[in-house]
Amino acid sequence: MIASQTNLLSLLVLGHFLVGALMLTVLRRRPVIGASLGIVLLATTAISVVVRGIGVSPPLTESTDWIPELGLGINFALDGFGVLMALIVSVLGACVLAYSVFYFDHDGTYSRFVGLFMAFAGAMTGVVLASDLFTMFVFWELTSICSFLLIGLNDTSENARKAAVRALLTTGAGGLCLLAAVGGLQVAVGTVSFSELAASSPQGSLVQASAIFILLAAFTKSAQFPFHFWLPGAMAAPTPVSAYLHSATMVKAGVVLLARTAPIFAEIGPWRWWVVLAGGITMILGGVRALGQTDAKLLLAHSTVSQLGLLTILFGVGWGPATYAGVAHLLAHAVFKVGLFLGVGVIDHQIGTRDIRKFGGLRTKMPITVAALVAGALSMAGMIPLLGFATKEKALVALLHAEIGSVATVALGAVLIGSVFSVAYSVRLIRGLLLPADSSAAHENSAHHKESAVSSFVLSSPVVIAGAVSLVFGIFAATIGKWLVAPGSSLDETAVSKLALWPGINTAFVMTVVVLVVGTTLGMLVPLVQKGSTESIGEGVFDRLYDGIILSAKRITSVAQSGSLPAYVAIVIAMVGAAITTSFISGGDLPTVNRLSDSFVQLVVGALTVVFTIGVVTTKLRFTAALLLGGVGFGVAMLFVLRGAPDLALTQLLVETLTIVVFLLAMRRMPKKFSVSSQWVPRPVRIAVAVFIGVAVPLFAANVVASRTAESVSQEYIARSLTEAGGRNVVNVILVDFRGFDTMGEITVLALAAMGVANLVRMASRERKLKKENELAGQQ
Amino acid sequence: MRRSIILEELVDRWLVKVSVLVALYITFRGHNAPGGGFAGGLIVGAAFVLRYLTGRTLTIARRPLLHPSRLVGLGLLLAIATVMAPLAVGSAALESHIWKLSIPTIGEVKFVSSTFFDLGVFFVVIGVVLMILVSLGSEGDRIALDDGRESS
Repeated sequence: MIASQTNLLSLLVLGHFLVGALMLTVLRRRPVIGASLGIVLLATTAISVVVRGIGVSPPLTESTDWIPELGLGINFALDGFGVLMALIVSVLGACVLAYSVFYFDHDGTYSRFVGLFMAFAGAMTGVVLASDLFTMFVFWELTSICSFLLIGLNDTSENARKAAVRALLTTGAGGLCLLAAVGGLQVAVGTVSFSELAASSPQGSLVQASAIFILLAAFTKSAQFPFHFWLPGAMAAPTPVSAYLHSATMVKAGVVLLARTAPIFAEIGPWRWWVVLAGGITMILGGVRALGQTDAKLLLAHSTVSQLGLLTILFGVGWGPATYAGVAHLLAHAVFKVGLFLGVGVIDHQIGTRDIRKFGGLRTKMPITVAALVAGALSMAGMIPLLGFATKEKALVALLHAEIGSVATVALGAVLIGSVFSVAYSVRLIRGLLLPADSSAAHENSAHHKESAVSSFVLSSPVVIAGAVSLVFGIFAATIGKWLVAPGSSLDETAVSKLALWPGINTAFVMTVVVLVVGTTLGMLVPLVQKGSTESIGEGVFDRLYDGIILSAKRITSVAQSGSLPAYVAIVIAMVGAAITTSFISGGDLPTVNRLSDSFVQLVVGALTVVFTIGVVTTKLRFTAALLLGGVGFGVAMLFVLRGAPDLALTQLLVETLTIVVFLLAMRRMPKKFSVSSQWVPRPVRIAVAVFIGVAVPLFAANVVASRTAESVSQEYIARSLTEAGGRNVVNVILVDFRGFDTMGEITVLALAAMGVANLVRMASRERKLKKENELAGQQ
Repeated sequence: MRRSIILEELVDRWLVKVSVLVALYITFRGHNAPGGGFAGGLIVGAAFVLRYLTGRTLTIARRPLLHPSRLVGLGLLLAIATVMAPLAVGSAALESHIWKLSIPTIGEVKFVSSTFFDLGVFFVVIGVVLMILVSLGSEGDRIALDDGRESS
């Protein structure tokens, strides 16, 4: 691939983030200006990708080095599929952004929305244009974060926060899976570029594992079973967010990933079965749940889950004609779903409810909007002559003739059953929309505030456009198939087919008719009541898992961090003892000792030190213990002097002196005697730990001395001290020159420790002051 | 607390000043004979401890240059600068440079760049000792004083 000279794609993606950042900072108080800027940028993106992407062969590619040593960079390619997806992202983005101007109040929350929205659009553009898995991963994670912040936009609602956390953790886990796949493929194949991977047709267990990780990532992002639960919960977000993120774009990221990788991995191991089972179950489950909803927004959310199941199957099986049908249906779904979501938002705005049982009389109140919504719902059902019909029919044909074994039959069956439910819930929505006026409901509705004519016109215009597009695209299905869908063949050379409004009477057409009839009957028969709780099993399982992890973390902390200083010291000491004992056991000699001491003085000082030590552990008084400890230190210093180490002795003496003073200062506020009652473990255990470390350390030291095999470095240090470091005192030269880095670290630690002491004392005195003030206040 | 004026004068006038001189001497000779920045810093620290123990409250807070945290910062900066300086002239970090000057009447004087590092250690150690002394000593005094007032 040749990197182009221009950086058009990178600049466009970067531009989204820039506008987002501007929105969150300087344009905070001018959200409308920011939104207009965003719309202009989205429109520019749409025009640019069309101008630079259509009819350009080979496709425009760009790469920006990031960490060239690791072969990591940001790589984009503007192939046919990329153009289509980028168009969907930017055109729908501009529509939703225009809609949002009239949907929100223009307060701080709105500027936050626009900022995050632009960042999200940029991330999503990055995902669809990414030409390697690593680049996709980077933008994939960005979409997860933006989605988290957007779902939780209403941060005072606990429900919204919970849903945001669920979505973040679920899609975040998927992101980690994707990262694992990036690593696995980089190791196994040596590249993560989609085109190079396809050319190398990778094999092996690591590749297989990576493929499964990719599937998991796609399933979490696109809300496939068993990760489907987060999507309906994400409906806590405001309507524009739901319309854009959770129906038209972000959830398609998983589908895009499948679209890019299925041609590479479809033949590997259980890939097709996983895709078909997850997609099939999701499609049916989503359909069944959608059929039980009375909240129009939730109905649409579950229908999105269901439709994503269909897309997962179509893209995931990696069969050319199915991929073609997938691209077509992805387009159809994006169009009708964004219209439906925004339309429900308009209704919610106008009459103050999303309950389809209270939609009575809407058809007379807002006939155009309702007509557009019905068109969208019919497209969702796959009714002729809308776009949904052509694409659904194409899907059935593709799966009917797929030469991929029994898995195609299962897929076909699942799609047929799922489609029946799709028709049924679409019919359910239409029934609600067309309910006749109800006197009681009308009374209730009139209380809600009326929108101004301008805002209601602008609010409903995207809905009307989407409905019209569903219809027009359906009527001109053949043209659309040629111009918009065919470029999707950049995914897979065999993904060439034709869309048609009237395919003629064949097996697939008969199936479609049967599905429509059965589905309509089902939709008409199911009464308009809420079925089942709004909380799903998946959500419950997730919450229990989440709470469980938090709880066990708390328990572990309370066990490991007891807050008892003696316990900490004992644990540390025991660990050190264990560590050095294992190295000691694994082999090593003790030096042969053939004399008790070097001199009489040494013997006396040594004995005195031992006596002091015994005093330290037996005395009951703190002050005495501190003084005796100082005695031990002075004794050791004397031993250093006797062995001819004046530097060590000098430092040891000074340190001991200061330590005693610090001890005494700190102990002024402690009881005079060691307390006996509050000991953490019985006395014998404490003695055992002490004796253990007391024996282990000297033995270890002796062992280290006896185990020397190489020449001591000190000879070299002494030889080089004067010539290279200009000092005759080799101890000091080691400290400030040869091992200067160690000293640097040590003084840093020393400084930090002192700051810690100072702050601890300051905190304690502040607490005392607060307590005293409280007591005084209590007395008054 | 009972105070001894003679002891105070003695410590304040002479001991602290003399010990700072001794400490500097110890620090600079460290490269060739027992001593060094660590020992020197501890000697100054010990002088301050003595001063505190004679009953003086520490007045260092009024001298901004001698404020403990500043001393620590100064010391760390000096040390890290010594570590990094050779990089600027293309040598390895911490590489020593030896200057030899011949000063009339004194003769040849040798000066090694790592002396600055040792001075850094010197300042850090003084600062650390003072910090601990202030927090555990003076602050502790105040707390003890408050408690005394409370209980009486």
